[in-house]
Amino acid sequence: MTIRRSKFGWRDTVTESLSAIAQRPVRAMLTALGTLLGVGAFVATIGLAETARAQVSSRFDALKATEVRIEDAAPDGTNPFPDDVSQRLQRLNGINHAGIRFTLPDNGTLQPRTTASRLDSRRTMIPVIGAQPGALLAALPIVHVGRLYDDFHERRAERVAIVGRAAAVQLGLTRVDNQPAVFINDIAYTVIGILDEVRRSPDLLLAIVIPVSSATRDFRTNGATYSVLIDTQPGAAQLAGAQAPRALRPDNPQRLQALVPQDPKLLRNQVSSDVTNLFLALSGLALLIGTIAIANATLLNVIDRRGEIGLRRALGAKRSHIGRQITVEAALVGVVAGVAGASVGVICVVAFSATHGWTTTIAFSNILAAPAIGLVTGAIAGLIPAVRASRTPPADTLRG
Amino acid sequence: MNPSAMVGDVPVVAVDAISKVFDGPPQVVALKASTFEIGRGEFVAVTGPSGSGKTTLLSLLGLLDSPTLGHYFLNGLDVAGLSDSDRAGARAHQIGFVFQAFHLIGHRTVVENVELGLLYQGISKRERQRRALEVIGQVGLTSRQGGLCSQLSGGEKQRVAIARAVVRQPALLLCDEPTGNLDTESSNVVLNLLQQLHSGGLTVVVITHNPIVAASAKRNLRISDGVLSELGEHLS
Repeated sequence: MTIRRSKFGWRDTVTESLSAIAQRPVRAMLTALGTLLGVGAFVATIGLAETARAQVSSRFDALKATEVRIEDAAPDGTNPFPDDVSQRLQRLNGINHAGIRFTLPDNGTLQPRTTASRLDSRRTMIPVIGAQPGALLAALPIVHVGRLYDDFHERRAERVAIVGRAAAVQLGLTRVDNQPAVFINDIAYTVIGILDEVRRSPDLLLAIVIPVSSATRDFRTNGATYSVLIDTQPGAAQLAGAQAPRALRPDNPQRLQALVPQDPKLLRNQVSSDVTNLFLALSGLALLIGTIAIANATLLNVIDRRGEIGLRRALGAKRSHIGRQITVEAALVGVVAGVAGASVGVICVVAFSATHGWTTTIAFSNILAAPAIGLVTGAIAGLIPAVRASRTPPADTLRG
Repeated sequence: MNPSAMVGDVPVVAVDAISKVFDGPPQVVALKASTFEIGRGEFVAVTGPSGSGKTTLLSLLGLLDSPTLGHYFLNGLDVAGLSDSDRAGARAHQIGFVFQAFHLIGHRTVVENVELGLLYQGISKRERQRRALEVIGQVGLTSRQGGLCSQLSGGEKQRVAIARAVVRQPALLLCDEPTGNLDTESSNVVLNLLQQLHSGGLTVVVITHNPIVAASAKRNLRISDGVLSELGEHLS
């Protein structure tokens, strides 16, 4: 006679495991709680990181990451830029506005004033800035009253001026419909607009801004520091910074130096990576606690079920069959916890995004990974109880 | 021993100087060297006082435990030195158990509990169910087949346990105090069932304190202080 082998297929293993879990649903739920929180924290962390990354992106791109400055690498007091800066740079991809700007050297001769000046004009050191219309637009200004000057004024070297909000207070200007004049070195410039706000180059709010062509005609510009201010489309700053010097000075691009912000992608990734790592560590901790919770509950379950385990051994189960069933039970609890945790995590991300007016961004693969994480967590947690169960001596458990 | 049962046949159980010692402290000799055979189709009762070694003997015969010394031939194969895996295989296909405490899974139905007897034989779910329903009919529980075992009476539970044991068509049915938790009426029902199974050719070994059960067996073994004897005759 030969010994026929004991068999216990995977299908039966899963069926028996599900039946055992269904026998104590409340205990299974409580067992799953730790892993649920861990997986939930994982999904929420990843989801919030992705969502926040999108927000960080839009904010970085909208302000810092769309600003490029071109400066004179070897300033000698002369203008290193061609007159058609705006036209040359507009030909490059991703550039919205660009133009020269410089501050007129003032040794006390400019003495800007109006007839309504509140302060003694001799003590008033309001800077005068020469800026092409493109530079003005690149500062992203908001006009309080009046308007900005444009290429027409620049081309014809019109004596027009824009006054920053703070400078307007000093000069006693509140309106422009009466075409007030500001006297710069006794040359009258018609104020056509007052700036309320600028999103970059805040020095404009303290200054009188006039066309570059007018400034170079009417005043001494030797010793001025010239620069070009560029407003780019999101993501174009790096490329604009690389191309602009050659576009402006193909004969001597080394003369110009481009100041570009840190690559927003790198900065963004760095920031979000730090945050994500922190939260992933917390998720890992929660998962560890969940694993221990499952292991502990499964161990208690095994002790509770010594009679059943002994019976199964008497019916022909091998030690490996018992161990496998206990492991699968723990893994299935982990899967359930993973699915529930993924749901909780997604709900958290959606709720958080909604309260902040953000667009929820979660990769579907991360949601799908949650049950797998639960499965692995449960399976690991089930190993020790499984070994314990497989070593249960059947003869002892079946007495009485 | 019933010699007629041995004629031209290998005994279902052949035990040669088998003994079991539990390591201490203190060391306990649960079964002293015993030699006996049980032929195919026999109905044997093993009696003895509590702690005499009856359940140890049943565990050894049922391959739930290994002897310290000696040989145990089950259907002619020496199983004393088999691996745990092979012993599980032998249990799955050749031995049926009935316990005093029934050991049913209460939250499962009668059919599901009986099917458990076939779970480790590698039989399909459909076939397991078919065989289970057939045996449930034989033990008179068809009307309760869909009910939960936790809702059955003691006698019904033991009949389910017997069905679970015999559904696998074992060579040897081992019963440990099968009427120990039952009233007289239920005990009679269970005893009649065991006798029916024996009449059908099944080899039955019953460990019991119940003199009625012992009297209904064709052969009686007595164990006392780990020493096995047959109707007063010392077996060693």
